[in-house]
Formats: sequence, C-alpha cells, structure tokens
Amino acid sequence: MSIPTNKEKEMGVGRIAIVNGKLADPAGDALAPGTVLIEGDRILATGAIDIPADAQQVDAGGLVVAPGLIDLGVFATDKPAFHFGGITRAALMPDQRAPLDEAGLIREATRAGKPDFWVHPIAAATRGLKGTEMAEMGLMQIAGAKAVGTGRQWIADSGVMLRILSYASGLGLTVIAHAEDGGLSAKAVATSGETATRLGLAHAPACAEAMAIARDIMLARETGAAIHFRLVTTRAGFDLIRAAKAEGLTVSCGISPAYLFLNDQAVTAFRTFARLSPPLRSENDRQASIAAVADGTVDVITSGHDPRGPEDKRLPFADASPGMAGAETLLALSLNLVRDGHVSLNRLMTLLSANPAKILGVNAGSFAPGSAADLILVDPDAPWIVDSAKMAASAGNTPFDKVPVQGRARRIMKGGQFF
Amino acid sequence: MPDIFIPDATPELTGRALFPHRHLLSIADLKPWEIRFLLDEAEHWARTNKGQARKHDDRLAGMTQINAFFENSTRTLLSFEIAGKRLGADVVNMHAGQSSVKKGETLIDTAMTLNAMAADVIVIRHASSGAVALIADKVDCPVLNAGDGWHQHPTQALLDALTIRRRKGGFEGLVVAICGDVLHSRVARSNMLCLAALGAQVRAVAPPTLLPPEVEMLGATPYSRMEDGLDGADVVMMLRLQNERMDGAFIPSAREYHALYGLTPERLAIAKPDALVMHPGPMNRGVEITSTVADDPDRSAITEQVAMGVAVRMACLDVLTRKARGVEGWA
Repeated sequence: MSIPTNKEKEMGVGRIAIVNGKLADPAGDALAPGTVLIEGDRILATGAIDIPADAQQVDAGGLVVAPGLIDLGVFATDKPAFHFGGITRAALMPDQRAPLDEAGLIREATRAGKPDFWVHPIAAATRGLKGTEMAEMGLMQIAGAKAVGTGRQWIADSGVMLRILSYASGLGLTVIAHAEDGGLSAKAVATSGETATRLGLAHAPACAEAMAIARDIMLARETGAAIHFRLVTTRAGFDLIRAAKAEGLTVSCGISPAYLFLNDQAVTAFRTFARLSPPLRSENDRQASIAAVADGTVDVITSGHDPRGPEDKRLPFADASPGMAGAETLLALSLNLVRDGHVSLNRLMTLLSANPAKILGVNAGSFAPGSAADLILVDPDAPWIVDSAKMAASAGNTPFDKVPVQGRARRIMKGGQFF
Repeated sequence: MPDIFIPDATPELTGRALFPHRHLLSIADLKPWEIRFLLDEAEHWARTNKGQARKHDDRLAGMTQINAFFENSTRTLLSFEIAGKRLGADVVNMHAGQSSVKKGETLIDTAMTLNAMAADVIVIRHASSGAVALIADKVDCPVLNAGDGWHQHPTQALLDALTIRRRKGGFEGLVVAICGDVLHSRVARSNMLCLAALGAQVRAVAPPTLLPPEVEMLGATPYSRMEDGLDGADVVMMLRLQNERMDGAFIPSAREYHALYGLTPERLAIAKPDALVMHPGPMNRGVEITSTVADDPDRSAITEQVAMGVAVRMACLDVLTRKARGVEGWA
C-alpha cells in the first residue's frame, strides 16, 4: 500500500472511494458489487472492503465500474471521441503524416493526449514505414514508445521482418503487425467475392491474411519474439493464431467491431465508410470472428479509430482512404458480444483494457492494487443511435450510421481524477 | 438481315410508373420489363435512323447535354454526341485532358461545376468503379453512366441486347457466350446482368485469371476452356483484351491468348451454325478475334452494334429527360 507523498498531501490528493457500483474486474468471473478505493492516481483496493473514514465517497449509482478502455491501434488522437467512448489510453499507430520513426516524434506524440488521456505511441519498425531499414526502436522506446509496429503495411521482405522481431524482442517490445500479404493485397480494395465482382472492385482473396500470419508466426517462433496481429478477420487466420497459442508462442491478436458485425456486403453501393483495411470479409469469416472472440483466440478489441473527412471519403471507392471513426462506438458495439452471450462483461474488459495494457507493458487495465486509477462508469444498457452527422469524433465516417446500440460511458476517471 | 421485332410483354404500367428511374447507372437497377421498355424505345430510333436521310428530331431542343469523359473514349463519346444532336440537344463534350481534373480538382467539385452550368442531362465515363454514381448523387439532372471502371456500362448492354433481339427475335433459351477479359470488363458485367434478366443462358468464358470470383451470382456460368464455352452458343460476344488494365501478368502473352482464346473461324464452327459474333470495340484484330470472323457479314454484327448504340442512347436520353420536358405521364 503506497502512502501519499507530502506533495500529494499538500495538493489535497486524498483517497476516493467509488461506492455503490458493480465492478467489472477483468480478472473476475462476474460482475460483483463492491468499492474501488483510490489513492492519488493509483488503485489501492477493490471489492468488499471497508471504506476509510477520510475517503471521499463517490456514488456510482449502480453503474458498472470498469477499467478505462485501452485502444490498441488508433490512427488519430481524437479527444472528444475517446472521451465519449470511455477510452483512457490509446496506442497511436505510427502511420502519421510524419511516420513515427524517430524519438522526437514519439516524445511529441506521448504529449498529444495530455491531460485528458494517455497516448502510447507505437514506434515505426522501419524508417518511413518503408519496410527496409530498421528504425531506432531503442531510442524511441526511451522516448516513450510502448511497442513497435509495421503500420498499415505488411513488411514484404522476410529478412527485414526477421531482424525486426529479433531486435524488438531484445528490447522487450511487442511487434504489432499488419496481416495482409502485400503481393496479394497490393491494389485490392475489397475481399474477393460476390460483392467485389458485382461492384467491379479490385479484390484480393481472404487468404492474403492467413499467408501473412503464417510467415510471421514462423519468424516469431524463430526469434522468440512477441507478436501481436492488430486485426485478424478470417477463419484461416484465427486457426493459425489458435495453433500458435497452443504451441506456447507469444502470439496475440485483435479485431475491431466492424469485422464482428459487418460483412463485405456493407460496401454495396460503394459505401466508402465501409472501406477498411483489411477489407470487410465474407459472412463465413465474420462468424468465425465471433467464434474466435468467444473461445479466447482474440485478445484485443480495438476501434482502429481513423476519422476521415469528406476529402478522404467522398471519392470513388477505390480512391477513398480506408478507415473508420470507431472510438465512440467501440464500447457499445462490443457490449453486443455480452448481450449475445459470447463473452462475460469481465472478459470483455479483458479484451478492451487488460490485454492491451499487457501488450503495451503499462500498469493499467486492472483492478489490482497499484494499477493506474483510470476508470469508467458504464451504463451498459443505455440506448442511443449512432449518427454519423453528430459524432464527437473529428469526422463521422462510421459504417454503423443510424444503427441503434446500447451502452455509454457515463463518467471517466483518469489518474484518480474525474473529468 | 432479318429486321423482325417481337414486342415483349410488360406489366400494365405507363409513363413514369413504367420507368421510374432518374438516372441510368447500372443494369442491376433495372427490372426486366424496364429493360424491354428501353429496347422498344430504341427500336423506334433504330428504324428512324435507318429509314431516312434527315434524322433530326427536336424533342431535346434547348436542352444542354454534357458528355463528361474522364477516361479516353472515341466511339462511345461519338455515339452519345450523335444521339444528343439527333434529338436536338446542345451537346458539349468535356474531356479529362482538357479539364481541371488534372489540376487536382476533386470529382465532387467537378460535378458541382457541371451542375451549376445547368446541364439537363450529363453523360459520364470514369475509370473508377462507382464514380458515376457518386456524381449522380450531387447533381440535379439525369445522369447516364457511359462506363465506370470495371463496374457497369449499361448502354452497351442495352445496345447489345437490341442487336441480339433484332437478329435472334428474342432471348428465351438463347445461349450467349461472353468471352475474354471478363474480370476487368464493365461490358461483361452489364451484359451478364442484362441478358440473364431477359432470359438468356449466359456463359462467361475466360482464362481463370480473368474470371471474377462468384460470377455465377451475376447470372453467368463460368467456362475456362474456349471450346467448352462456345459449344452450342447462339451468340458469341467477344471482349477486348484490355491491355491498359493489364498491370500484372494475367496472361503470359497476347500470342498465347490468341492461340487459346482467339475467335478463329475454326473455333466459331463449334458454336451453332448461325451463331452471331459480337464485339464492343475497339477490336484487337489478331488477338481476341481474327479479321476473317470480324468481317464476315453473315456472322458478325459488330457494325450493327455501333448503329444500335446511337439508337439506344437516343432512347435513354429521351426517356430520362421526359420528366424535365413535362411529357404527359412523366412529369
């Protein structure tokens, strides 16, 4: 148990007890009534505990108390959207206007969210994300990078990928990989299938994903490195991840709600808001994605938040940029998995918070004593309708426009302080 | 050439109820009787165009037709221009090369500009699938898709259907083999949907690398051997081998393509004895089709297709502008 420092005492930072809440402890099996006791910016204790007399009590009003969401792989730091979505930490993809391939840029990125949320930059594995020369991962780690990533692209050169995995493992950094074989997916904007054929869109077979995963798993086995596939979206891809985990490799994977609740038919009528990377998959793969969440193959659910305005989206389909604004719908859409009985709310918080924290190596996403006091109070049943015209995000490019959803983060605490 | 015309049964609809579309963007948007209606309308123009030296009809007089071609074209542009002029419209052509598109103006801005000039009908060709629909969404007048990427080229499908109907009398049970680069072909996509809707048995014949996946869903049976695809065909529709779209190696060489998929007199003999040969043009003579076949007046309907193109486009321009012209039953 940590004792408040003199400085904290002077600042009046005391203990806060969040009472009358239902705790969604990622480490637990079910929601449990209880108290979260916070001291400074850390969690002191949770559960059925005695509330110290000096603690300031905050009534959760029967809402679910959960760790703040940790969004593993966003393309923009978008405060209003993160705030709306209950996201307290975001791992920023290196694919920025200036790729995050240098310590100065990483340092700057870590400051981008202050004081409202934490930004954990993902360092570009190669200079300029070009997939050839290794970037200064070690210096970027010192500057605050929490992982190394290949960005939106696959690294075509297996020798380069081998050395990236090898070097990153020495630094204790996880490599966050994009799983699409570059040769197959080069100009593709859709998954091969009826929709792509009807619309006359350049397409790649879904096996582009499994091929990339197969190679990278072999390289991870060779190097002993930790690898995280940011988005896995196909049955064949999940089969490979499942086998690698059974073998004991440090392999993890994520998915975003779009792949769980939409299939490739969503791009019908050339809807550029549904142009994603990787592209939306077949219904068969969508169902495999749900199964992979339910059976524990999927470790992380991420928004992949990528707000894009009309200049990027109001274009012919193939010319439009891929990506969707997902931060504010991440929690509500993910809660569908709980309502449909695929996962418990506790397990969902593992996917949305605890596992991303582990992969990034940050002491958060947990109710364990000493963990960061980043919390959200959630009304899991609150109904609302996604409206692309009224998004908090800097752009409203959601393929879930006009979809009724349930679940809102009512209050957000970052570092022991409510907004 | 038998000039027979058998009218098809249509539901008891007239005027706008019979053809309720504002634009003509894709064959997929049309019901079978709507396709037949356009063919019937085009049949009228086919007769007018053929029967008299003075072909002018002034029903579009005072209206402005803009042909906005963002991709190079000679015959389609010409065909639309002639169609518009025969109907009395003021026809203006805009080529991508002469426009500010090359200066970085977005497609939407270009569309707004065209719209602000108060065009009464806009004909658009663009290299990107879906681009024409995107523009159609932003303008106040009817838009005709003159080809968008690999997606659709509806007037081509209509003129092909009209040519087939005039030569074969109808579509029911007719075996139509669409041969060549189906993958990159908007002509093939439009034709598969159109002919299947009209009751023909459609085949898509191509090397497997040039066959789009799940082509069955568009109403065509896939064949990868030319001989199998031609067997018993009533119509052989050849596609241009689109060299400009071949940025990868889809086929080893034009020479090999000709050897395996070129329409030679020997291969044509596998089809029915009276099989009709069609090609949307421009032809690569000696690649997908030999000159002997292309120029055989008994078998080839290639020049007739061009003639039907003007008639079909006149019909489409007429029908789509009826609302604006206040034609009775259409306003």
